Amino acid sequence: MLDTVSLSRMQFALTAIFHMLWPVLTTGMAIYLVVVEGLWLKTRNPDYYYHARFWSKLYVLNFGIGVASGLPMEFQFGTNWAPFSEAVGDFFGSILGFEGAMAFMLEAGFLGIMLFGWGRVHPVIHYLATIMVAFGANLSTFWILVANSWLQTPAGGEMVNGKFIVSDYFQAILNPFMVRSVAHMFLATLETSLFVIGGISAWYILKNRNVAFFTRSLQIVLAAAIAVTPLQIFVGHLSAEQVYEYQPTKLAAMEAKWETSPAGQPADWSLLAIPDEKGERNKWELNVPQGLGYILEFKPKLSAPVLGLKEWPRENRPKMVGLIYYSFRIMSGIGFFFAALMGLSAVQWLRGKLVAGAIEQQKLLLLSWIFAAPLGYIAVESGWIVRCVGRQPWAMYNQIRTADAASVIPAETVLGSLLAFAGVYSLLFVMTLYFGSRIIQAGPNLEMALPQLDNAPSVKEEPAELLPDQRPAEANQ
Amino acid sequence: MNALLHFLPQVWFVILGLFLFLYIMLDGFDLGVGILSLTSSDEKRRSILMTSLGNVWDANETWLVVMAGALFGAFPLAYGTILSALYIPIFMMIFGLIFRAIAFEFREHSDRKTLWNLSFGVGSFLAALGQGFALGSVIEGISVDALGHFTGGMWDWLDWRSILVTLTLIQGYVLIGSTYLILKTEGELQETHFRTAKIAAVTTLVGAILITIVTPVFYVAARERLFSPPLLYVFSAIPLLGVGLVGLLLRSLGRREERTPFVWTILIFLLTFLGLGLIVFPYIIPTEITIYQAAASPSALVFMIIFVGFLIPIMLFYNIYQYVVFRGKVKVVEHD
Ligand code: HDD
Ligand code: HEM
Ligand code: HEM
Repeated sequence: MLDTVSLSRMQFALTAIFHMLWPVLTTGMAIYLVVVEGLWLKTRNPDYYYHARFWSKLYVLNFGIGVASGLPMEFQFGTNWAPFSEAVGDFFGSILGFEGAMAFMLEAGFLGIMLFGWGRVHPVIHYLATIMVAFGANLSTFWILVANSWLQTPAGGEMVNGKFIVSDYFQAILNPFMVRSVAHMFLATLETSLFVIGGISAWYILKNRNVAFFTRSLQIVLAAAIAVTPLQIFVGHLSAEQVYEYQPTKLAAMEAKWETSPAGQPADWSLLAIPDEKGERNKWELNVPQGLGYILEFKPKLSAPVLGLKEWPRENRPKMVGLIYYSFRIMSGIGFFFAALMGLSAVQWLRGKLVAGAIEQQKLLLLSWIFAAPLGYIAVESGWIVRCVGRQPWAMYNQIRTADAASVIPAETVLGSLLAFAGVYSLLFVMTLYFGSRIIQAGPNLEMALPQLDNAPSVKEEPAELLPDQRPAEANQ
Repeated sequence: MNALLHFLPQVWFVILGLFLFLYIMLDGFDLGVGILSLTSSDEKRRSILMTSLGNVWDANETWLVVMAGALFGAFPLAYGTILSALYIPIFMMIFGLIFRAIAFEFREHSDRKTLWNLSFGVGSFLAALGQGFALGSVIEGISVDALGHFTGGMWDWLDWRSILVTLTLIQGYVLIGSTYLILKTEGELQETHFRTAKIAAVTTLVGAILITIVTPVFYVAARERLFSPPLLYVFSAIPLLGVGLVGLLLRSLGRREERTPFVWTILIFLLTFLGLGLIVFPYIIPTEITIYQAAASPSALVFMIIFVGFLIPIMLFYNIYQYVVFRGKVKVVEHD
């Protein structure tokens, strides 16, 4: 019953959704590690050193799985989307090539030193390695978002005989979606890791373990969240505007909007609805009068029409309107929840309640932080569902249909690999949770000897001694 | 212009060859160590084997990712056709690499190491199998239509010749893995790998000789190119040089030298690789589509040379730096 195209789509969706879980944490957390290690070098306060060591344990676990789950992504365009690859290779392939050579290699090349180089290289060189890893990770976000944005708003060339010929590479890189999408994704990785770190810290504080130590990380996180959470709502809003401008079918699906709202009139904004695709209407809906005009233009009346789905024939508009509609609402809801949690915590901080000794009494606040820990992931996955499912039926918006993009291979073969991925990725997911929670249970080691800062050699002269069963990261723990 | 149209794909053929060679050499010893770990009986030894790779496997594997990305950008047609034709071996390799990667992460935290040891060994073996079949069928040729789109079946990659290539590649990985372990270990463990290196050197040689005989017999296109001068001289020199290098390797193993075996093995890999390159060139999907037909547009190739080309020395530099920082042996310490 299932054809090759659907199976390939399911496989891509499955692998992308799982892959996303790991790098979204590591890219953001890498920046956090740069911050705490920098603070240590600057203040020489050992606490910051122990923060760097403790969080990098969670980091390396997630990094390894991020790499493992990313590998199939790189190959799937060829195995499952061969006609697509042939059509867009000139640009899309080049970008993936850059991502590998600039970003992944940089990350991988310095990761060994960052994780295992304590005591082998001078702390300043170590710090440079940490910076390189963080830089590489964010560069990889940048390039992959360049590639994906270009699929949303192809630019810099045109289709000639089924192949996209690029005439201006810089225009293609700077395609209309690129800047805002990179910014939104960058903030998403930061925000997700901030609330993961914050949630875990809150858990320790509630458990009364290392309260002072984790109050510090909660404060660092909160300080960053004060800037990040409102900014993310703003950039999210800008993202919605660009969708409105360039991808009207997606916007209509995000809003479950079947009928067009003409210009010059107020339009309702739908808060909740039950979309009915067959009937091309919403079975039930809850609207905010005049809301749409305020959201899009800060004015009660629209200056340009907002098109409804019925404007397009069925084969030219996305399916699964309900999924897109609710994913969008879940993401924005989480964005506002994060901002609210940040606001409340900031008030308590100002009132002097967030210091060891007083923070333990903030039970509800701490519980909310724990509750918030997984929400970033959910927002990110929802955002990607809006973006990728909302782009349908196009693999490349208005240029290549997803149905024409898939490799011609037997459905059973794809089903086989899809099932294998479902099994293996579920295993990865469960195992990461299991081992991650063990790392958290074990807690930080605050007895470790500090690395020598003054007069340390830049690289140790004598050969490294790696002891079995102790990856050097854990060597003195 | 015409010269440029020829020159750019050739440059990319060489760059891809370089990436592939670096991958096969570097991840080759990782995979070889993984395969060897299947034969080692006690836990302490296995943990030394894994420790010797702890900080390098990720960077080594990344050459594969770089290679795939560059292939996608430089020869999009080949990327699509080859990968979809080799769907099963490619996913075999990918799942193998996934199992290997998670073994490193999870074993460390786990109390039940056996499971993750198995994941490490079997993963490495599976990855090598997939790579062997992929390599074998690329040499053999992939059936495509005039546009270069795959027309064959999902199991075309499986026949006795690709099995021969696969077995030889696995032997080669075991060989380079053993010589790497000679560098990284000492005492009894090192002694074991002097022995495995010796065996693997011989079996690799046998495999390579068989492939050298089989290839011109079965592949007409390769035969015509290889048996006409000037390539004839090169092509006949390669097996002779190869046998010579294996001789040098065996001698250095006999003398219990620590570093030279690894160097000779790399040279053997390089030589074999050049031989394969000669057989394949100028095709990218043997024996139908040439690099000129499959290449991306010249502007894309130039664009990529600018962005990727200048990174190659930088990538090499910090990869080497990492090996310098972590040079030395894995110590055996008695656990209580
Ligand atoms: C922590 C994560 C997170 C949070 C709190 C938000 N988003 Fe988001 N959003 C993402 C994480 C994300 C994402 C996963 O990063 C996406 C997917 C693709 C992208 O570039 O960003 C995304 C995509 C995305 C898109 C789709 C863009 C497209 O299809 O091209 C829109 C319209 C918004 N976001 C809007 C918002 C609004 C109005 C938010 C807040 C109130 C919001 N996002 C909060
Ligand atoms: C940033 C790089 C990404 C690129 C280049 C990309 C590209 C693609 C492509 C080529 C497809 C298959 C063709 C299609 O169905 O249109 C697809 C589908 C899909 N992707 Fe993305 N994707 C990216 C990231 C993600 C992420 C991170 C997620 C989820 C977390 C995601 C979720 C999905 C989903 C759900 C589908 C299936 C849509 C459907 O078939 O209805 N994608 N994407
Ligand atoms: C928005 C979507 C994505 C983001 C932000 C992202 C980011 C990352 C990052 C930061 C890593 C490094 C590993 C880690 O830090 O855990 C990684 C790994 C990887 N990703 Fe993704 N990725 C995305 C989607 C994709 C897609 C669509 C592909 C397919 C080409 C892909 C291919 C890979 C590969 C091959 C690796 C392993 C790299 C290595 O060997 O180091 N990723 N990804």
